[in-house]
Amino acid sequence: MDYRLNFDAVWRSFDLLLSGLALGLGLAIVSIFIGSLIGLIAAFAMLSKNKLWRGIAVAYVTAIRNTPILVLIFFTFFALPQLGVRLGKIESFVFTLTIYSGAYLTEVFRGGLIAIPPGLREAGLAVGLTEWGAQRWVIIPVMIRNVLPALSNNFISLFKDTSLAAAIAVPELTFYARQINVNSFRVIESWTVASLMYVFACYIIAAGLRLVERKLAIP
Amino acid sequence: MMSEPLLFIENLHKSFGKLEVLKGVDLTMNASDVVSIIGSSGSGKTTMLRCVNLLEEFHEGRILIDGEEIGYTLKNGKRQRLPKAQIARHRALTGMVFQTFNLFPHLTALKNVTLGLIKVRKMKKDEAAEVARHWLSRVGLLDRQDHYPGQLSGGQQQRVAIARAIAMNPKLMLFDEVTSALDPELVNEVLNVIKDLASDGMTMLIVTHEMRFAFDVSTKVIFMNEGRIGEQGPPAELFNNPKSKRLAEFIQNSTF
Repeated sequence: MDYRLNFDAVWRSFDLLLSGLALGLGLAIVSIFIGSLIGLIAAFAMLSKNKLWRGIAVAYVTAIRNTPILVLIFFTFFALPQLGVRLGKIESFVFTLTIYSGAYLTEVFRGGLIAIPPGLREAGLAVGLTEWGAQRWVIIPVMIRNVLPALSNNFISLFKDTSLAAAIAVPELTFYARQINVNSFRVIESWTVASLMYVFACYIIAAGLRLVERKLAIP
Repeated sequence: MMSEPLLFIENLHKSFGKLEVLKGVDLTMNASDVVSIIGSSGSGKTTMLRCVNLLEEFHEGRILIDGEEIGYTLKNGKRQRLPKAQIARHRALTGMVFQTFNLFPHLTALKNVTLGLIKVRKMKKDEAAEVARHWLSRVGLLDRQDHYPGQLSGGQQQRVAIARAIAMNPKLMLFDEVTSALDPELVNEVLNVIKDLASDGMTMLIVTHEMRFAFDVSTKVIFMNEGRIGEQGPPAELFNNPKSKRLAEFIQNSTF
């Protein structure tokens, strides 16, 4: 072993790594927001009496959760254009990550909805709210607060999954780390710094989310 | 001219699958009446109350509140449940208090009361808060307005639930075994609130196992037995001179 650590190349490109980190964070945020909407709708569909809705939701969740995310990324980026759907690489990746997170969040929300005591819906109805009003003002807000810890975990997972975007050359942190590695041959340095950046970012995100959880927790 | 009864129930039938729980109930209540429903578990008391609040569908019979038939309509001679928005409006004619309180856990006591006022009655926030404070103070909980349900005792939660229901200004209040889930020492604070509202002239239909309370507060007591009204009458008459053997037994086995 005669490897001397030299971080110069990494520091020179550190702004790229930072911009990559920011992009990854952005991708994760957009995906979890839209994914949450999809997950919420699919969770209600899963619990609906309508067989068709239920069937669609189950098919969606089953298909997505049983396909590796890298395959989904490649499918959207390489296969969909063949079918006439052409997306830029960032859009393509956001689309994939959204669909992917939506499937996982469906399960989170479904569990959350099942756990709400039925009396709460009735109490909402009893004050004159419509069925939708009771969901909108009572059930969903209570459910979201209850599943917040699971939502946080999902968000952190999603953020780490953004590293897979490097596979289709989305310029996020992993992509730049590899670029620095290839250009400078500073293998250990580039991957060490990238790893540490992920660790720090996740740590800070987790701490922030815990604050939010505590603030929104039902006393 | 005879005034319209406030609540008119005619031939109410309700089944859960093959089990018929209500087998033709008739009941008339006038404004300011306080009617208590007693009877053993499974006699249909709670189900009847839930039918009046339209939380249960019923299969036969009619319920009229202040002359207006609620929940169902005849369309081409066929009985049909009304659309959801109509149901919600009819449901708001009554205020319901549940055995298990069912407060909205993510909202403070004040906001539990204002939610319906704002979203259903379309009041402005300030106006709703004022109404809510009035009722919270009536149930003795003004100082707890910013507490969440999880920070209140069972009795306090139930009093907030009463304030929440009555703030909506219903024509009829429904109480479904509202003290059954409470520790014994918390029962009276809730019953006293109900008595206080009764003395105001609020019309109330009360399902209860508290015989002493039913005796004290009611203008009429109804004994439900196997899905029918077994006996009814003024409390003194019903409790002191039960006509049926079933009621006599029930009273004997109840604690006062």
